Amino acid sequence: MTAPSQRALSRLTPVLTKRWLSPDAWRLDVYERLDGYTALRKALAAHPDDLIQLVKDSGLRGRGGAGFPTGLKWSFIPQDGKPHYLVVNADEGEPGTCKDLPLMMADPHSLVEGIIISAYAIRANNAFIYIRGEAVHAARRLRHAVNEAYAAGYLGKNILGSGFDLDLVVHSGAGAYICGEETALLDSLEGYRGQPRLKPPFPATHGLYGGPTVVNNVETICSIPYLVLGGAEWWRSMGTEKSPGPKIYSISGRVVNPGQYECSLGTTLRDLLELAGGMQPGHQLRFWTPGGSSTPLLTEEHLDLPLDFDSVAAAGSMLGTTAVQVFSDKDCPVYAAYRWIMFYAHESCGKCTPCREGNYWMVQVLRRILSGKGSHADLDLLLDACDNLLGRSFCALGDGATSCVTSSIKYFKQDYLDYIEGRKAPLLSPNEADLVGAH
Amino acid sequence: MMATHNVRGDEGNVREGEVRDEGRTTSGPPPLTDATREKAREIMARYPRGRERSALLPMLHLVQSEQGYITPEGIAFCAEMLGITKAQVAAVSTFYTMFKRRPTGDWLVSVCTNTMCGVLGGDKIYKTLSEYLGVGHDETTPDGKITLEHTECLAACDYAPVMTVNYEFFDRMDPDSALEVVQRLQNGERPTPTRGARLCTFREISRQLAGWADDREGAVGEGRAGEPTLAGNRLAERYGISVAGFDPSTPIRKAADAAEKGGSK
Ligand SMILES: Cc1cc2nc3c(=O)[nH]c(=O)nc-3n(C[C@H](O)[C@H](O)[C@H](O)COP(=O)(O)O)c2cc1C
Ligand code: SF4
Ligand code: FES
Repeated sequence: MTAPSQRALSRLTPVLTKRWLSPDAWRLDVYERLDGYTALRKALAAHPDDLIQLVKDSGLRGRGGAGFPTGLKWSFIPQDGKPHYLVVNADEGEPGTCKDLPLMMADPHSLVEGIIISAYAIRANNAFIYIRGEAVHAARRLRHAVNEAYAAGYLGKNILGSGFDLDLVVHSGAGAYICGEETALLDSLEGYRGQPRLKPPFPATHGLYGGPTVVNNVETICSIPYLVLGGAEWWRSMGTEKSPGPKIYSISGRVVNPGQYECSLGTTLRDLLELAGGMQPGHQLRFWTPGGSSTPLLTEEHLDLPLDFDSVAAAGSMLGTTAVQVFSDKDCPVYAAYRWIMFYAHESCGKCTPCREGNYWMVQVLRRILSGKGSHADLDLLLDACDNLLGRSFCALGDGATSCVTSSIKYFKQDYLDYIEGRKAPLLSPNEADLVGAH
Repeated sequence: MMATHNVRGDEGNVREGEVRDEGRTTSGPPPLTDATREKAREIMARYPRGRERSALLPMLHLVQSEQGYITPEGIAFCAEMLGITKAQVAAVSTFYTMFKRRPTGDWLVSVCTNTMCGVLGGDKIYKTLSEYLGVGHDETTPDGKITLEHTECLAACDYAPVMTVNYEFFDRMDPDSALEVVQRLQNGERPTPTRGARLCTFREISRQLAGWADDREGAVGEGRAGEPTLAGNRLAERYGISVAGFDPSTPIRKAADAAEKGGSK
């Protein structure tokens, strides 16, 4: 493996991931030895409003996909004496995304510490971690960490003598991608089917149990202790002006060393590929997602695009969850779109027609194309279905579903035509719902 | 095959009395007892007073921990504990993939076939296991031991292709290594997962999903982070890279200070 260049190496910013190298950091005593809970002590000595201002000054933007400014979100919470809630979104399920689970697995106390500080800032006395059901390994570490934190006086009544009380519950989901959408998550947490709510009103005023609620991603909340310690200016020394800070990029697919690479926001795919040891021998980059399957595909021409919120949006995609899935000339973009649409069809909550019907029909059309029975009109049909979905669905799941279809047709129309015009052998047999991606 | 629209909630509108026990066998699952009731009350106590319905998902995991799937008895049990109707409970339980409608084996084998795992070999792994076991998606072997399913992205794409047994990860699988895991399960062995703790049965893991800590000695420490998790860190370590300028005693600016200085920002 050739060594990465100095330029690529200089992008690395081990902050949130640094403790991962200490295999026992999940234990309270080890966490404390590695400066754990010092940020909490510092924060409890400050005024909650000053903490909200600090987060605003840092420019921290939500790491769950949408990039909403965190400090601004916190300042929307009305300070009117009603109970407030903090809900951590640990439902990680956007295809390609695999950063929150290793974070909670290796360093669960950093999430607990971030939660206590954040709850103190927004004046919440009840906090919940909604963790994806399948993530039993990370939930096990979290439940253990929460129990340790209670025993040590970091949770419960009068935390460290500050007069601040906080209860924290780890709540396992039960297998539904849509529950990562924040209002569906709240319904699920209240014991209902996870279906999105109409917005507005937003959770900041009408959230869990109808009360003011902040919903933040795991990585967002885990950033807080470092911000409290190092300050907003230090935080801004990483990343770009509008996307400051470090970010965990998750690289998967046809690279030599897939994995988690925490880098300055704005790192390019070219640098990420260097860090990941380059493409696997015999594979050439063909298409990739900048931030999960809901973000439009990009190609080789985007190798030097800075992966920050605004630059990626300007290139017609989205930064999403920085889940960089790398596909090569050995992979078929039509099959990728087909398989992702199957995912959206399965995960559609069924509440609104464009998404429930649109994804179902797109699966049928893509299957027809891949089994050699497609026609030119099918391409228009797909684009038409996307047109009826994008901006017309009840929640962002429906919008996200269109990304892989429209972007693959935009960049790889020839691949579709090759199936339709019989230049490429069918990948599926006409009546087969089988999965045939492996080669 | 997708004969109907396979979206969530198709089966949500279950009317009372319509809940059938598809999996009733001669032996049947053990009945729910007063001890179950006690555990259900413990779950309810985790949530703010008056908000006990939040206990429904964990309570359904509890039902699975005792009976191996969501039985009509389990639905009635949750309804009674929470003071809601059976139809309301069934509407929720049928929405979520992890709540099983038929008896589930001791070992739930889930193969990720979302795009990344799929193209890297997950589709082949699923096919291999399905042919070997003679069962399809969400089906259980006749001896009741193994349930097979294909799943969507399991948030482990850097370890693709992955599969799980009772949700513990087996990373970077291929058809042969996956087959070996399954054969060892059939032989009564418990192969060691790549990450996470040693295996326990489907009912035992459901107890953890209901919210209780893993009480097996040492289990919480098992399963070290794999190389993909540490990849960026390893590079930073090898090349001596750290983020400059971090001073943990940097003061938190007070609004009062800012006002004095003329309220900058
Ligand atoms: C279908 C769908 C799935 C989502 N899944 C997640 C998720 O698993 N984790 C997450 O943090 N945010 C997810 N989001 C985004 C959340 O709705 C929300 O924006 C986020 O949790 C806010 O936290 P942040 O501001 O810290 O990013 C999802 C959104 C949609 C539409
Ligand atoms: S867009 Fe899809 S997931 Fe969202 S509310 Fe509509 S049907 Fe449900
Ligand atoms: S695609 Fe299999 S873990 Fe993500």
